Amino acid sequence: MTNTLELLTAHPFLAGLPPGWVEHLAGQVRQVGYPAGFRIFREGEPAEHFWLIDSGRVAVDIHLPGRGDVLIETLPAGTVLGWSWLSPPYRWHFGAIAIELTHTVQFDAAGVTQLCDASPELGSELRRRFIAVLADRLQATRVRLLDLYAHPVVPA
Amino acid sequence: MNMVPQPYEVVARHEESPDTATLALLPVRQPIATPQPGQFSMVYAFGVGEVPISVSGRAGAMGILHTLRAVGAVTRALHAARPGDVLGLRGPFGAGWGVPAPEGSDLVVVAGGIGLAPLRPVIHHVLGVRGRYRAATVLIGARTPQDLLFTGEYDRWRAGGIDVRVTVDRAAAGWAGHVGVVTTLLDGVVADPARIAAFTCGPELMMRLTARALLERGVPGPAVQVSLERNMRCGVALCGHCQLGPVLVCRDGPVLAYDRAEPLLSVKEL
Repeated sequence: MTNTLELLTAHPFLAGLPPGWVEHLAGQVRQVGYPAGFRIFREGEPAEHFWLIDSGRVAVDIHLPGRGDVLIETLPAGTVLGWSWLSPPYRWHFGAIAIELTHTVQFDAAGVTQLCDASPELGSELRRRFIAVLADRLQATRVRLLDLYAHPVVPA
Repeated sequence: MNMVPQPYEVVARHEESPDTATLALLPVRQPIATPQPGQFSMVYAFGVGEVPISVSGRAGAMGILHTLRAVGAVTRALHAARPGDVLGLRGPFGAGWGVPAPEGSDLVVVAGGIGLAPLRPVIHHVLGVRGRYRAATVLIGARTPQDLLFTGEYDRWRAGGIDVRVTVDRAAAGWAGHVGVVTTLLDGVVADPARIAAFTCGPELMMRLTARALLERGVPGPAVQVSLERNMRCGVALCGHCQLGPVLVCRDGPVLAYDRAEPLLSVKEL
């Protein structure tokens, strides 16, 4: 198993973070692997963790009556999973399931929140990074709302 | 002047998706000139009308493949064509993708929806001269898994040394592929921006987002080529229907470098 500190340092979400902060965060994590098909969390459950995906892929989904589990998006290695722990009601808005064997670093949300309260600079930096992730996903979602491929694109 | 349609017989038809089909066409008499990747033909459904359709491949020495989506009266008539039917072809027209790209380039092909059709000849070119290029990546986006084109070829492309990545906007449980916009597949693709030769075709907004994402990664504008869709009628730069500012898309395009296309795309109503 790769050293947890090395995993955190190498992950794009934490790139450039001062080593001291990464060491603090390392006290709130554990490495967790999920086999393909393993449900990581369900909509409505308490949001007590977030994950940095080191390898593999996770699908964010939601259950719709009559349609089953509908995939919202997939998250590959190098991305972060889970932000519902950041704001009330601290419950998952969607579900997550490992599409393939997935290795992650799992963070304890309560522990990270305490760290951020104790170190406002770290808290501010982490929030800035989560906002960037959320902004990217919002923009991508807006593009998908346009249903671009419903229209002809080649000369026709 | 290339204004008289040549009769071509539909010799094969492959249903790509519920509304998209590929027609293999062979000349009944005189063939049109050999199309280059990225060029288009004016395809005539006799008695209905004529539309520009990009060439999606070759069918033997003389034949041409056209992949088309049924969206209007003419394309619906073409989509309904069956082996034995005769269509008219004029062309080939326009500026293509400009392959071969410089030796040692890292090729990035980004296709959205039916935009994969005009890019397929580029992929076939790469398969034929794979050693000419360093990396070759094909990123494919579609509305749903059912809307993906040429799915039977992906394994052959991968076996030929191409990194093929696929994403869809919507999928039901059981889809093991990626879900998200096609630009999310770009992560890790651009190792050396100066080596990139990028080709993108799809909805105009998708091409703009793709080009921007490549530029943000340091790829220069002239290295990103886009294929524009405009109202081509004559195909020979006479009628002006496809004018986009100073550009006549049927002659100067449909493929343009992004640094040339971008200022035109940002002007409303052009």
